[in-house]
Amino acid sequence: MTSALGSIGSRLIRLVLLLAAVAAASFALMAASPVDPVDAYVGGDIAAIGPEQRAQIAERWGLNDPPLERFGTWLANIARGDLGYSHTFNQPVADVIAGKFLTSLALMAVAWSLSGLIGFTLGVVAGVRRGRWADRVITWWAYTLSSAPTFWVGLLLLYAFSVSLQWTPICCAVPVGSIAGEVGLLDRLHHLLLPALTLSLVGIAPVTLHTRQAVAVAMASDYIAFARAQGERTFGLVLHHVLRNAAGPAVLLQFSSLGELFGGSVLAEQVFSYPGLGAATTAAALGQDVPLLLAIALFTTVFVYVGNQLGDLVHAWLDPRTHRAEVTA
Amino acid sequence: MSPLLSISGLRISFVQYTRGLRRRETVAVAGMDLAADRGQVVALVGASGAGKTLLAHAVLGMLPPNASESGVITYDGAVLTSEDRRRRAGHEIALLPQSVDFLDPLATIGRQVRRSAQLAGRPESYAVAALADRGLGSEVLRRYPHELSGGMIRRVLVTMATMGDPQLILADEPTPGLPQADVTAVLRDFRALADDGRAVVLITHELRGALEVADSVVICRDGRTIETAAPADFTGDGPDLPPYSRALWQALPGNGFRVEQPC
Repeated sequence: MTSALGSIGSRLIRLVLLLAAVAAASFALMAASPVDPVDAYVGGDIAAIGPEQRAQIAERWGLNDPPLERFGTWLANIARGDLGYSHTFNQPVADVIAGKFLTSLALMAVAWSLSGLIGFTLGVVAGVRRGRWADRVITWWAYTLSSAPTFWVGLLLLYAFSVSLQWTPICCAVPVGSIAGEVGLLDRLHHLLLPALTLSLVGIAPVTLHTRQAVAVAMASDYIAFARAQGERTFGLVLHHVLRNAAGPAVLLQFSSLGELFGGSVLAEQVFSYPGLGAATTAAALGQDVPLLLAIALFTTVFVYVGNQLGDLVHAWLDPRTHRAEVTA
Repeated sequence: MSPLLSISGLRISFVQYTRGLRRRETVAVAGMDLAADRGQVVALVGASGAGKTLLAHAVLGMLPPNASESGVITYDGAVLTSEDRRRRAGHEIALLPQSVDFLDPLATIGRQVRRSAQLAGRPESYAVAALADRGLGSEVLRRYPHELSGGMIRRVLVTMATMGDPQLILADEPTPGLPQADVTAVLRDFRALADDGRAVVLITHELRGALEVADSVVICRDGRTIETAAPADFTGDGPDLPPYSRALWQALPGNGFRVEQPC
C-alpha cells in the first residue's frame, strides 16, 4: 500500500516538474515572439489609440518589467488558479478551456476508441493471416493511411459524404442557427461522426502495423506451438493466447498517441469548423491570445501526461512480468 | 500387428516466393522412416536443423500452410489424414516440451491447465487434481510461468501433455544446459510414460542421454533418417554399429573425440 502511494507521489512530482519546464519554455517562446500584446489587444481600433494610451496599457500590464518578473507574476497567478482572460472569446481562460475541452473530448474519445478498436482488430487479422491476401490488403491500406495527412483525408470525406452524398452536415457541432443547449444527442452525434472518423483514420495505421508485428511474433512462438499441439485451433489460439500477448504494444501506443490525437484534432476541427479545443488553439494563435495559448499548452501537457501514465498502468495490468517482484515466492 | 506409430518416406518441403513471383522450394525433410510401439521409447537423434521437430509437427498436423508433405503416417494401423491428426492432437497424440517458453507468459498456470483440460474433454477439477498428483498444490494455479522453478514448469508441462491420456507422446529434447540430475529425472519421466503402455518418441540431439532410456535409436541427418541402431551396440568402439552411428559415437568426448573422415 505504501509503495502504491509512493509511486503516485513520484508521478505527481514528475508532473509538477514537467509543467514547470513547459511553462518556462512556452513563456520564453511567447516573450521572444514578435507578437505585440498591445496591438493584439487593441485589434481593429489601432487607429483610434494614441501612443500615450498605448504606453498606459503597457504600464498597467507590466510589459515594461523584466521578463523574469513577469514570468513570476504569471506563475503566481496560475498557482492561485487565475489563468487570465481570453480576449478572443471574451471569457476567462478557464471557462474557455472547460467548455471547448468538453466538446473536443467527445470528438477525441470517439476517434480514439474507434482507431484503437479498428486498428487492433485489423492488426490481429493481418498478423494471423500473415503473408496471405487479407494481410496484404490490410498492410497496403495501413501504409496508405499513414501517409495521408489529416486535413486532406478530412477534405476528401467532407466532399464525399457532406457535399456529394449529403449524409452528414457540412460543419459545426450543432445545426447552424440553433442554440447549443437545445440540441438533442442524435443531432450532436450526427455532427460528430465525420470529424471523429477523420481523426480516427489517422490513428488506425500505427496501431494496425504494430499489432500485426506483435501478433506475428506471438504466432511463431513456442507457446503457440504447444497450444496447437494440445489441439487448439486458430480461433482458440487467438482468443486464449494471442489477444493478450499482442495487446501490450497496442495499449502503450494508443495511450502515448494522445499528443498526436490532440495535434490531429487541431487540423480536423479546422476542416470541419468543429468548435473544440483544437479550433480554439488555432483561433488563439491567429488572434495572438497569449493567456489562452499558454493555458492550452499547460492543459495539453497534463492531458498527455495523464494518458501516458494510464497506458503504463494498463500495460502493467496486462503483463504481470512488468510488476516489481513483490508477488514472487 | 503394426506398430502404434509408423512413418515411412516422410518428405516435407516449403514453397517460398522470393522476389516477384519466383517460386523456390526448400526441402526440409527429405525422407524419414520411424516406427514406435506401445511400451517403447524410440529416440530420434540428430543435429539441430535435421528436421526432427518438423516430423513431430507433421504427426500433430500442425505444419504451416506453405508446407507440402508426402509419405505415409499410420497410427494404430490406419493412415492419418491431416484432419485426423488435428483431431487426435492433444487427445491420443501429445507433444511434451521441456522449456518455460512453451507456456503462455501472460496467463496463469491455472488458466492454462484448465484450458488444456477443456481441450482434452476433461472437467476443470480434473486439471487441478492432475497437478496435485504431480506435487503441485493449488497455490501454483494463481502464479505465472516466470514465477515457477524449472522443475515445476516441467511438471506443469507433463500434466498438460498427459491431460487427454495420450497413447503416443512426442517428447521434445530436455533443455540443453540442464543440470545432469534434472536430465536424468526428465529421461526417467519419459521411461515411465512408456512403461505405462504408451509409445514415446524422444526427439534429441544428445545421443548419450537417449541411450539411457531408449529401446531403439534412429539417427537422422540432413532431413533423412539414415540408420537405426540398438542402444546396447553403443559400447566400446561400437563394432556392431552402422557406419554413421559408429562415427557419431566415436566422436563423443568420452570415446576418444575421433573424427575419422568428414561424412
